[in-house]
This record gives sequence, structure tokens and C-alpha cells, in this order.
Amino acid sequence: MKKIIELNVNGEKHEVAVAPNQTLLEVLREDLHLTGTKESCDLGSCGSCTVLMDGNAVLACMILAVDVKGKEILTIEGLAQNNELHPLQKSFHEKGAVQCGYCTSGMIMTAKAFLDKQPNPTKNEVKEAISGNLCRCTGYAKIVEAILSVKQA
Amino acid sequence: MKQSEFAIIGKPIPRIDGMIKTKGEALYTTDISLPGMLYGKMLRSPYPHAKILRIDTSKAEKIRGVKAVITGKDTPDIKYGCMMVFGFPEASDQYFLARDRVRFVGDPVCAVAATDESIATEALEQIVVEYEELPAVFSIEEATKPDAVMLHENNPGNISIGVAYKSGDMEKAFKEAYYVREDTFNTQLVQNCCMEPQVCLSNFDSSGKLTMWSSTQAPFLQKMLMSAVLDIPQENVRVIKPHMGGGFGAKAELFAVHYCAALLSRQSGRPVLICHTREEEFAASAMRHPMRIELKIGVKKDGTIIARKGTNWLDGGAYNSLGPQAAADSLMFLSLPYRQPNVDFQSIRVYTNRSPSGAMRGLTGPQVQLATDIQLDIVAEELGMDPLDIKIKNGLKAGDVTASGLKMKSGSIEECLQKIAEESEWKNKYGKLPPLRGIGVGCNSFPCGTRVLMFGPATALATALIRANIDGTVTINTGASDIGQGSDTVICLMTSEVLGIKMEDVRNMPPDTDLSPPDYYTASSRVTMMVGNAVINAATALKAKLFEAVSKQLEANAKDLEAGDSRIYVKGSPEKGVSFREAVEICQMLNGGSTITAQGNFDPDLGPFDLRTGEGDYSPSYSFGAQVAEVEIDPDTGRVKIERILRVHDCGRVISLLGAQGQLEGSVALGIGGALSEKLFFEEGRYLNPSFLDYKFPTSMEIPDMENTFVESNDPVGPFGAKEVGEGCINPVAPAILGAIYNATGLRFKELPVTPEMILKGLKKMKGEE
Repeated sequence: MKKIIELNVNGEKHEVAVAPNQTLLEVLREDLHLTGTKESCDLGSCGSCTVLMDGNAVLACMILAVDVKGKEILTIEGLAQNNELHPLQKSFHEKGAVQCGYCTSGMIMTAKAFLDKQPNPTKNEVKEAISGNLCRCTGYAKIVEAILSVKQA
Repeated sequence: MKQSEFAIIGKPIPRIDGMIKTKGEALYTTDISLPGMLYGKMLRSPYPHAKILRIDTSKAEKIRGVKAVITGKDTPDIKYGCMMVFGFPEASDQYFLARDRVRFVGDPVCAVAATDESIATEALEQIVVEYEELPAVFSIEEATKPDAVMLHENNPGNISIGVAYKSGDMEKAFKEAYYVREDTFNTQLVQNCCMEPQVCLSNFDSSGKLTMWSSTQAPFLQKMLMSAVLDIPQENVRVIKPHMGGGFGAKAELFAVHYCAALLSRQSGRPVLICHTREEEFAASAMRHPMRIELKIGVKKDGTIIARKGTNWLDGGAYNSLGPQAAADSLMFLSLPYRQPNVDFQSIRVYTNRSPSGAMRGLTGPQVQLATDIQLDIVAEELGMDPLDIKIKNGLKAGDVTASGLKMKSGSIEECLQKIAEESEWKNKYGKLPPLRGIGVGCNSFPCGTRVLMFGPATALATALIRANIDGTVTINTGASDIGQGSDTVICLMTSEVLGIKMEDVRNMPPDTDLSPPDYYTASSRVTMMVGNAVINAATALKAKLFEAVSKQLEANAKDLEAGDSRIYVKGSPEKGVSFREAVEICQMLNGGSTITAQGNFDPDLGPFDLRTGEGDYSPSYSFGAQVAEVEIDPDTGRVKIERILRVHDCGRVISLLGAQGQLEGSVALGIGGALSEKLFFEEGRYLNPSFLDYKFPTSMEIPDMENTFVESNDPVGPFGAKEVGEGCINPVAPAILGAIYNATGLRFKELPVTPEMILKGLKKMKGEE
């Protein structure tokens, strides 16, 4: 039943035996122990499991692991380089954009994909970009501020 | 008060766990796995009310990978009630695994543990349960009909709990009143929607010790309740709280996930993880009580309130949960935030065939405040007054004591309203905005922790243990649960301020019931007030020990010493001193090598208090606040666009600036959802929209610009003068928005949420009548 595939995650290659119905989210969390990516709805409706696939923000709960062969996956664990926080991680921390933190990984990954394509967005564009990522704690104000401050940096 | 009197308090210091959370390193309960861990799942009732005739689990037990199957018959015959351990034993009414009857769609009937989730799911499908359906009641109205089916045999009329308070001469007051009116308000089903669902990992070992890694606001309460429902010694239960993906009230007690994980672990001899799916979270996790609020008010010609009669009907769902507390709180909220000399209040919680209502941010405050503020808006209009003015006239202030005995200790509604009037340019806008634009105002006052004596009178309301480490750091241990709101950071900030050391040098111990001092729970906005005071007292006691130890070496009296910049020195001569690290070393040397520890508590004498009548002073202090919303209505779609929301909140003193702002912003977002979009639809016993796709809580697009202003009234009881900031701010959101909708359209709504459809209908009706 299970099939061995090669996954490229955070620049590292992994051989994983996956069932055909296993999602990328399950494989990341359970097989690769990359638990920074969170599961909240398992229905593609909250954004908590957002990772980058070839630079695009995708919902890991809606993607089958077998379909990820040959693609580059970036998770929250792969964002900081050489022990340096990514500017988004730094600004989320410093601006108080984190409360419970359960949406934070997905929120940051969505913001990264967005800023990579649109480095100078307006406030409304930022709000639109993260509108698929639900947060119940912050009221989004400081998240928007954190993303905008990276743009200006 | 000048900010400069503090080294770190009130500054925009990032939270202590912000860094690891942005890196995905923070471990939540869902991230933890143990060797041999099994996955648990629960089979839930498909009927709102039924007798269980037969359960056959034999097929499920034979499936490869299934390691344990339990039903109600495998559990001790002990009913659960959240308040069974503190003063309301009669409120126990629930079997976490139904024994002979189910009372809501989603009531757990069986639980299984298997080597993976899909096997557990398959096992549930193989369990056969035969039911005999019973008549069911789905609303307060149905449940309280004389011939309604009874959910619990000891509760005639389906009344789960009733509390009442009366004071003054109502008849005389209403007779003397210039204007009297009655209104009824209705609020909806709102889900907490924590991003991390209910989850628990349990390990019951052969020595009889149960360890739970639990996403909980109440580790100690869970320990007490678990010991009670499993009939095992309290000290055999250890609860550890990892990082937590939100609580808001949903995780303030014990639930079937915890109970089943423990029993499945005991039966299988292996650790068991149970995590709600999102659908289960909607179907069975605690939600806000829908309420019907009947108010009668009598005022003088100048708008002064002289009497108020209020009846809160709470739709409790099938079981008590923390119903007694919800009922008592709703009674207290009727006493706030306005002066009212004659009162007659009662709260009645009713059983219905729905998943139990429990706690959610603000508890019953948002519902009651909606009714109070909107009725006052109507009264103001009838008297030809500005709604803001009538609220100023009646607002409570420091020194006031409500009829039931709540003592206001600092601040006032008036100050908050004056400030917000200025900032919102209220007088230039109210009644002067163009058509379809409007402005509204709401107020709030909120307790800073309730005095529920969970551990009995011999234990303080909060305790903190502190230890100085030989490397110059200190470890603070309070048992308090940071559920995401940031209390760990507040605790570290306060410790750092008292000891004059850097915040990085303070280690906060996460709660672990084996190691932490007893803490009540993270609820009722108590942590800053109660735990904060204990922290200050502990740190002050530790400082005294260090001062005493170094005083000889510094040839100074201990009372002439000061701590700051990670040093202890003689006041006025900073060069004459030692580093904090050296001080710890000196102190240990003088004490035979002992580790230097101290403790502090918070146990103020606040006089008698009775939760059953609401009589007495409910909380050490009360916050105040005011909010103004400006809206624009789209006449074609009925959509409400919130232009801006301004908030003034008297939190006594800002401790963590970013944290305090974040609490206000989060409260307002929750309030906007409750006012305009959130509603769990319930028909014939089933929820129709149990997913994030269909249950609309605000996204970034629905949140307007928000402006925060803090009033620092320097509370006499609060730590550094601080009061609550986590909950009160949600209460005025809906009344401010509904007031603004009325101001914009002339449509007066007395129910939540106000949907575009309701506005369109209202506008059409108005046109037709014109």
C-alpha cells in the first residue's frame, strides 16, 4: 500500500513511505516530526498548515504527500537561515503579533510567499493576503503591522 | 502616574515565548508523542435525546490495532459537574460516557484507542448502538413548557440552576419613576473556536499514577475533577500544561477528551492522545450561553436610574458544565457598570438537548451588557438625551458600592466616556452624520478575578514560589496557565521590576501540578490581579533576604538598599554595591549553602461573599471601559462597514504594553464577530454549520482600524495598580455597533447577530411605511 517517495523539505531530501491518502501535513508532522506546521481544521479553511511549495503558499492539509514529489517544500522550521531569524519572524516577535501562536507558522509562511511576490504592498493588500489565515487571538492588527514593517525594512 | 517610576513595567517588551513561537519550536499538546502512544476517538450520539438500549463493541475489539474499547459501563458510577469540588455538589449531572441515556447530538457513548487514527475511526464504525429516541427540547421556550420532557430527574422545569438577588423597594421606585420601560434581548450560539482544539495526552502507569499533558486553562481544577470522577487520590493525578493554542473559556474545566484518554490509557497500559476534530470541536466543545434577557428600568426625568429588574435566561445545553458560575456571573453583570439603588435580579439556567454551554471570553458579560446599554440608549432617546450623557450620568466610579455589595476601588465610567467623547469627536458626530452613517457607544466594567474558593478557605487566592539561582537568574513558579494571552510575560515583567534584574534573567516555570503551587485557573480575568500580587510579594520577600545578607558586606542597613540594573546597592550611591549574582552567592554562603527561596501569596480580606446570591464583593477590583463604533450601512446589500472602533480601557496600570494592546484588539475582534456574523445554526438538535467554512468568525478583512487608549487609575489592590485587560473590553463591542446601526438607519435591533438580511428587511419595511 505504502509507496516510498522522496520529499525535498527545507533543502533536505527525505525518503518517506507514504500511504496514497496521506496528506503532506501528516507526513510533515508525523514522519518528519516538523511539528511547527499546525493542524487546526483539516479542511483547508483556516490557513494554520500553510507551507510553501515551490515558493507558493499552499495548505498542507489539502495536498496529498504523493503529489509533492519533485517539489521544494519550505516549512516554518526552514525559514530562519544561519540561526538568524527571518525578518518576518523578527517583526512578528517584536511587534507583538504572536499570542497563542497556533496560527503563527501559517501566517508567517503566507506572508513570506506574499512579500516575495509583492515586496511593497499597501495595508489593504496585506489584509487581503492573510484573509485565508484565521487568528482568534490578535484581531489581526499587530499581524498586519508586523508584515507592513518588513516591507518598509 | 509617571511611567518613569518603573524600569520595565508598561514598556513594549516582546513576550517571552514570542521567539520560539515564530520559529515553530513551541511544543503544544498536539505536538507531543510518547513511545507506544495510541490515538483515541469517541463515538458520539446521533440523537439529541435517547435511551441507550444496547451497545455491542465486539466487532471493534477484534480489529487489528485496536487496544482498548470502553463504554459507560466500564467507568465509575460518578457524575461530573465542574463545580462539584467547590460548593455545588448538586450541580453534578453528567456522565462523560453515557450510561443509559444521551442528551445531545455528540454526547459520547464509547471510546476506542488504536495504533493509528484511521484504525480508531474504523473501530467506531464497527460499534453497534441501539437507541430509543425520546422527545427533545431545543430552546428555553420549549424546555420551560409545563409538559416538556425532563432532561434530568432532579430538575423539574428543566431548571439547571437559579440564582437571585433583590434589594430596595422596587414597587415604590417604579411608581416614583418618571419613565419606565421593558425590553427583551436575545443572543445567539457562539463558539470559542480556539485554533488548537481540545486535546489531551494521558499516561496511566502501573503504579496508578495518571500524567496528563493537557491543553487547559485549569491544570489544578482538572486534577481535582479527574480525581473526583475516577475516584482516585488527587496526588495520583499530575497535569502538565504545554504551550496552548488558545482557551477563551473553552478549556476551563474537564471534558470527555480528558476522561476518555485517561481511562483508555488505564485499560491499554499505553499513553493515549485524543484530539478533537474541528467538527467535534463545534459539536461538543464549550460555547457561549445563548441568553434571553428581560429588563425593566425606571428612571428620573434627568435620566438617573432608580430601579432595574432583570431576568437572565441562560440556554445551558444538556449539562451543567460551569453553569452555576455562568448564572452567578450574569447576575453580577446586571449590577455593572451603572448605579442602580433598587434592584431585583435573577438568573435562570435551563437545560436543552444541545451540547453544554460553558465559558467564553467575558462569560455572560457581552450578553448582559448588550441589553443594558441598548435599553439605556432607548431611554436616552425617549428623554431627549444623548446616549453618551445618560451613561456618564449613571456610570459607576471609585467609592461606589452596588446594591449587591460590589465595591468600586479605582477609576470611573465617566473618565472613560469623557476621553472617548473627545477622541471620537462624539458631539460633532452624534446625530450629525450623513444618512446611513452612524455612531454608537457602549461601556463596561469587569471583575479582576472571582472569589471562588476551589481549594477551600485554608489556601490563598494565589501563591508564588521564587528561587534565586547561583548564576544570578531567578525562577518563578506560580501554577498560572498562559493560554496565549501572555500571563507568563506579565509574571516575568513583574518579577524583573521588583528585583531590578533583566527580564531575560527571569525563568517562568510552566504549570505542572506536581511542582507548582496551587493555582485556581486562568479565567475571570484573575491572573494579573491575583497571581501578579503573589508574584510581587514573593519577589519582595526574596529581595528582603538578599538585602539582609549583603547589608553587612556593604556596611549598610538593609532598608537603605536598593535593587536595579542587576545590582543591589546603597540608595544614592550606586557604586557601593554588589551584583545580583554576587548577592545570591553571599546569601547562600550565610545560609549553609541553602538555595535561596521565598514565597508570596494574595489573600486579601474582601469580606463575605456568596456565589449563590451574588451578595458581597465579587472581586478584588473592577475595570472600566468605553467603546465607540462608527459604521456605514450599504443600503443595497445591508452590509455594515465598521469605519473605526475606539476603545478607552481603565486597566489600572499597563504592565505589558504590547500584551495589553493585543488583549483589547483580540477582544474587539471577538466582539465584532459576535455582533455581526457569528452564529452556530441549530435545528432539530443538530448544528448546521460546524466548520470554519460556514461559521463566520472575522478574518483580517472584517477588522477595522482600532485605536486603544489606556486609563491608568492606579488601583489600590492591583499589582503596580493594575486591573484586568483580557475580557472587559469585549462587553461594549456589540452595544456600540448596534447603537451605531440605529444611529445610521433608525433600525433598533435587540438580538445578535445583526445580519445584512435583517438590515435589508428593516430598511425595506421602513420605506414601505414611509
